[in-house]
Amino acid sequence: MKKLVLLFIFALLASFAIHGAAAAQSPNPTPSDNEVNQIARDLYCPVCENTPLDVCPTQACAQWRELIRLKLSEGWTEAQIKQYFVDQYGARVLSSPPTEGFSILIYIIPPIFLAIGVLIVFRTLRSMRKPPAPAAAQIDSAEQPALADDYLRRVEEELKQRS
Amino acid sequence: MIENIPAASRRSVPLWAQILVWVGLVVLLVIVALGLRRSQQGTVQPGEMIPDFNLTLFDGYTYQGQTQINFSELRGKVVVINFWASWCKPCEQEAADLESAWRYYEPGGEVVFLGIDYVDTEPEARGYLTKFAITFPNGPDLATKISQFFRIKGVPETYFIDQNGVLQYIQVGPFPSEAQIRQQVDRLLSQ
Repeated sequence: MKKLVLLFIFALLASFAIHGAAAAQSPNPTPSDNEVNQIARDLYCPVCENTPLDVCPTQACAQWRELIRLKLSEGWTEAQIKQYFVDQYGARVLSSPPTEGFSILIYIIPPIFLAIGVLIVFRTLRSMRKPPAPAAAQIDSAEQPALADDYLRRVEEELKQRS
Repeated sequence: MIENIPAASRRSVPLWAQILVWVGLVVLLVIVALGLRRSQQGTVQPGEMIPDFNLTLFDGYTYQGQTQINFSELRGKVVVINFWASWCKPCEQEAADLESAWRYYEPGGEVVFLGIDYVDTEPEARGYLTKFAITFPNGPDLATKISQFFRIKGVPETYFIDQNGVLQYIQVGPFPSEAQIRQQVDRLLSQ
């Protein structure tokens, strides 16, 4: 009987110890400033334009950072927190506009314009390197006898017809 | 005889590329112009009709038993829209006066006060509402859609809209007294 009581007490203490350890691990520790700023640096408060949230000194931004800390401590992921801020304050809080809807044009238009620009420059450079037009080619007719000859022949014919 | 020179020898940028570049430039200029115009426009102006918008109220706040207010349903009443934030110190100067004015007009049913919480965090916003015992309908400006429509320049800003949904007066900055709030409301009620 005494052994049974001792076993019961031991089991009770063991269960308390296990429960205590589990309880100590369950709440997330308070997220550090670095963890908060890792998310904050990708967000912009609409009140303080052009100032990333991680370095913004206003009270509004301080409240936002505390909100990020709170959400992190509740186990939210970075993506969930950013989505929460977009839902609350609009997509303009993001440092990189989302790749959907009208914002996608920001990602599409510049490369298209760049490609067109490169094409134009390439063609212009190529045309500058090309041998001059046949009218000017007579100086260097030896290099392109067929083209120059043909052209000169037609010029001479025209001159003959006019004279 | 120039026209007889083979076309291939006259190298230039293709027509489609020229058109594309010009169209692109025009579109870019239009976007920049629209952006500049919008940034210099300032807030909505008195005399402008306020179109419909929805305001989802904070938990614990209702208007006629509803947790969401559709602005068009307020037609026939004078509407006072106050933009505020918990981080805004000047907002605190007028918070008590706004609440006091609301309590004065509430029994009559001819005036509605709406508080719109701009770019705020909910725990602090709730603390602010509790601190000043605000009872008139209040809700967050979700995705800053309402403030973008009014093109507010900061907080606090208060907009007075008549019974026909036309904006009549804007107060930029805090009201110095309750009397000045009531003066604007009474003017609209007497119209």
